[in-house]
Amino acid sequence: MESQFTSDVMLSVNGHPQQLRTDNRATLLDVLREQLQLPGTKKGCDHGQCGACTVLLDGRRVNSCLILAVTCQDAEVTTVEGLSSRTATHTAAPPDERPALHPMQEAFVAYDAMQCGFCTPGQICSAVGMLEEALGEASAEQGVTLDEHEIRERMSGNLCRCGAYTNIVAAIQSSIGVAAR
Amino acid sequence: MRPFAYQRAGEAGSAVAEMARPGAAFLAGGTNIVDLMKLGVTAPDLLVDVTGLPLRDIEELPDGGIRVGALTANSDLAADPMVRTRFPAVALALLSGASAQLRNRATLGGNLLQRTRCRYFTDVTKACNKRRPGSGCDARDGEHRDLAILGASPQCVATNPSDLAVALVLVDARVELLTPDGPAQMSVHEFFRLPGERPERDTNLPPGALITAVVLPASPIARLSTYRKVRDRSSFAFAAGSVAAALDVRDGIVRDVRLAYGAVAHRPWRAYAAERMLRGATATVDSFERAADEELAAARPLRDNAYKVPLIRNLTVGVLRGMTEASW
Amino acid sequence: MTTAVRRTAPPAIGVASPRVEAWDKVTGRAPYAVDHPVPGAAYAWVVQSTVARGVVTGVDTSRALAEDGVLAILWHGNAPRLEPIGDPELLLLQSPRISFRGQVVAVVVATSPEAARAGADLVRVSEGGTIADTVLRIDHPALYQPVQVNAGYPARSAIGDVDAGLAASAVRVDATYRTPAEHHCAMEPHATTAFWERGCLVVFDATQASTSVHDVLAGLFELPPSAVRVVNEHVGGGFGGKAATAANTVLAAMAARFVGRPVKLSLTRQQVFALGGYRTPTIQRIRLGASAQGELLAIGHDAVSQTSQLAEFVEQSAVLSRHMYAAPNRLTTHRVVALDVPTPGWMRAPGECPGSFALESAIDELAFAGNWDPVRFRIDNEPPEHPEERIPFSSRHLVECLEAGAERFGWASRDPRPAVRRDGEWLIGTGVAASTFPAITWPSTALARATADHRFDVEVNAADIGTGARTVLRQIAADALAVPLEHVAITVGDSAIGPATVAGGSMGTASWGWAVTKACRLLRERIDRDHGGTVPDGGVAVRADTTPDVRDRPDFARDAYGAQFCQVRVSTVTGEVRVDRLLGVFAAGRIVNPTTARSQLIGGMTMGLSGALLERSVVDPRTGDFVTGDLAAYHVAVNADVPRIEVVFLDEEDPHLNPMGVKGIGELGIVGTAAAVANAVHHATGIRVRDLPIGLEHLVPRAH
Repeated sequence: MESQFTSDVMLSVNGHPQQLRTDNRATLLDVLREQLQLPGTKKGCDHGQCGACTVLLDGRRVNSCLILAVTCQDAEVTTVEGLSSRTATHTAAPPDERPALHPMQEAFVAYDAMQCGFCTPGQICSAVGMLEEALGEASAEQGVTLDEHEIRERMSGNLCRCGAYTNIVAAIQSSIGVAAR
Repeated sequence: MRPFAYQRAGEAGSAVAEMARPGAAFLAGGTNIVDLMKLGVTAPDLLVDVTGLPLRDIEELPDGGIRVGALTANSDLAADPMVRTRFPAVALALLSGASAQLRNRATLGGNLLQRTRCRYFTDVTKACNKRRPGSGCDARDGEHRDLAILGASPQCVATNPSDLAVALVLVDARVELLTPDGPAQMSVHEFFRLPGERPERDTNLPPGALITAVVLPASPIARLSTYRKVRDRSSFAFAAGSVAAALDVRDGIVRDVRLAYGAVAHRPWRAYAAERMLRGATATVDSFERAADEELAAARPLRDNAYKVPLIRNLTVGVLRGMTEASW
Repeated sequence: MTTAVRRTAPPAIGVASPRVEAWDKVTGRAPYAVDHPVPGAAYAWVVQSTVARGVVTGVDTSRALAEDGVLAILWHGNAPRLEPIGDPELLLLQSPRISFRGQVVAVVVATSPEAARAGADLVRVSEGGTIADTVLRIDHPALYQPVQVNAGYPARSAIGDVDAGLAASAVRVDATYRTPAEHHCAMEPHATTAFWERGCLVVFDATQASTSVHDVLAGLFELPPSAVRVVNEHVGGGFGGKAATAANTVLAAMAARFVGRPVKLSLTRQQVFALGGYRTPTIQRIRLGASAQGELLAIGHDAVSQTSQLAEFVEQSAVLSRHMYAAPNRLTTHRVVALDVPTPGWMRAPGECPGSFALESAIDELAFAGNWDPVRFRIDNEPPEHPEERIPFSSRHLVECLEAGAERFGWASRDPRPAVRRDGEWLIGTGVAASTFPAITWPSTALARATADHRFDVEVNAADIGTGARTVLRQIAADALAVPLEHVAITVGDSAIGPATVAGGSMGTASWGWAVTKACRLLRERIDRDHGGTVPDGGVAVRADTTPDVRDRPDFARDAYGAQFCQVRVSTVTGEVRVDRLLGVFAAGRIVNPTTARSQLIGGMTMGLSGALLERSVVDPRTGDFVTGDLAAYHVAVNADVPRIEVVFLDEEDPHLNPMGVKGIGELGIVGTAAAVANAVHHATGIRVRDLPIGLEHLVPRAH
């Protein structure tokens, strides 16, 4: 590969610095999956139409399939694999030394907010991003209320073909309840 | 997708200079161009990444207008308190577009330059005068349920997919540019165009120019604006039809009105004929209906998109009626 | 050391037990077909035909091969030969013939996904195309009546004289309903990782049926069965689209052999629309007649669908009309036409899903015409036995579902008049429809093993495509062994376990569960009989095969039933439809796990709602492709479309099914939803929409 078509990129993924040489064409999604061995982020459409590839980029939820990795210099990326280890939760770690789940992951388990599970990493990252956005809006005094209707609208960038929406909304609502305590 | 070179632009001048190189294209949020590169619709040799340029400020102008840096993310623009109070149609249009993930990444400048979602434009095996001038238009007799009813040409029946653009033509926004010849600006009305015989041109943006900002000029009526979008599903879909409107009614008479339509034409469609008919008219359903009919008299629906004519007509009436009742 | 096996444990079946693999799924650690770490994997990308009928006249690979990173290009001139077995659609790259647009004409293998895509863009395929015939029409001259339809039903059934019955009827409906081609759109595109190791083929595959994929691959590549292993530990949704062996599986295996290294092949979302199967469009005419007292006298259901030039697949749309309601005069027919299209296939409730839209809409039309309540009308026409086969139902509680649903929904206070309820710009309406799906069981094998520390390993080659199969099979095993759930480990998703049936036809729990039950009971017996109730140090293992058990079942009509109630709003401004409320009451035998069962039925109803309002795959007749071939154009329901869906199960004891007493629930939920929505739209607006999806063009008010 001629050097003009590749680039060196430094970024942080789930808290770990990564120095990469990447094909300029490679998306963040493909780099996560194929170079960094983080296959938790899924490719459902590769065109920003399904949300399965949602990750947090500098804290904001984005479609990693539409982001060229080469543009991610100095970026901080959090994938579903990083959520569980990123956040210390109030919940004790499960007995078999699995890392503690993020509260949103716990809520998805508790409400069976998944079936095939393929959209689930994107749903969870998106829900975490959504709560951050709502907190930001609330602090900007725009009076956001994440009621059921608002959650549905704000989560509509994540398709779930198994039809787990009913349970996903319930899981997110419960997670908000936990966060508010 | 063929290999391409990549450069991060350090400042706007050099970015514009790089665009003189053959096959160069700007990259901002990438939500449209990366999509199109994967499809083979566009194949740049060089991507000039402008996201490092300092074009993200939202600043208040002395007269109460707002200048928005072209790299402002859609979500940030929609959340801006000044925009929400002074230009509610702009915020509503932004929030009705795409998904939260895409709005976090997509930029104002990129939104203005996003390309049609006509299925024949995005499929490189089909004839499309916009993608390959002279190849024909497979959409006109094909799957065109989403396509244009106004201002189309024999060469092209594509629609502009942007929600934001509809609100921008409503409020007479100005687009600020950096061209190879220096800074320039143009009205958003000049910026967008109808396809005519040159559908390969989406806009009248000068070649090689970079959008640096959009100015939302101070306007009392814009505070009274709204946006309503209709699509097949409840969210995360391009419009089947949309209406942006601003209405000033006093004593039952329309003092001033602005009206613009989305998803009906190659450009966001300012409904001047309807506006002319409404100014000074009584603010009644009957007036609204006649105004919409006046505007839509020029509609030339295709085989499968005639539903858009009553849709836009009803939306016009419904939105104006709602605003009239709200002003009581 | 030996330990006495505990004899008793509280029953696990019927308990809301958490999904076994939930932790893996929420942490991203559940590996799907192209998630397994495979060192040295290459990436494959398919190139598709751009004509629907014709021949490949040349493939120029020179530019593509010159592309950095491209390892090889397979096409019909150089691809490994496949043994022609079974499905002709799987004889990939074996001949220059093109039978549908989007057929695979070449595969590029490269060292990176980027290079593979770029290489695919550079392959120059010359095609000679002739005029293709790609659109289903009711008057297509090549329509014919097949011998059988899908699932082996006869194409035609007739009892009495429908015309005479109609003539004698006081109230009649004669209406034609249309359903579009639909795509499964499982969130995981069809994908395979394949590698060859010492002459053996291993694939990680996105399949609902690794046993049949195993058999197909062994046949195509002429390998002994022991030389093929197909693993489908996690599958990102199927809905029937991954039930048959797919192009990606065969191509990945071919490519891996060709380049001598592991290959990952994931179809793009766009490619899935041509290569991942779809539901045929249907055109269905329903004729119903009833006496003045509301007794059904005639049921006629004529269904038309399409198939391909390669294989015959006939959607069994009219079959449900053979048993839903009593009537002395009955006629059901199916006709099909072979077009230049990909072969349609199974999609969630083939037959019953489109068929119920037609029948359950027509029943509503008839009830409305006769001024009968549509719940009452259905109850009044309940058949005492299967009305055509004249055999008893193993169990049937449709009436109870209708009654319980009506009670819970508040149906009694419903004003039957259409277009009279308003909330601002919105018209409100409610509708009801019945659901049904056969309770199918196929033979399977399972393995149960006890270890000396009284743990039990149970293996069955089920596919958990999101159904909760793992979770319920573990519960079934625990009860058959009479041990606590925690003592049982369950393994699924690996052809090496031994033959088991597809995760399809809503037969999984019944079929795999029976094999698990049998193996576990045999294991228990052996421990007791041969080892005095304790597990010896070396453990005990038992394999069971249910082939004779399934074969020897007496004749019953075995079906699950349900009733769906829906409330919609329709905008008088725009014609937009919003579903405010959706309730499903189901009687489907014993519910093994209320948590996963509820999720699955909500999922079916969600897909039904989506089909009612959104889904349409549009073919451009000039090119024969699905123009709406991505997730921006093919709309599936998003979160904002879906209200909080309610599901209620009725307890149903049925001794004639299988040892667990279960019927399937994977497809039941989608059956009838579209009719419930359409009937509610009629109640809201007075407009009867007979073409799915119900869209703006149907309902936007026109100026007078």
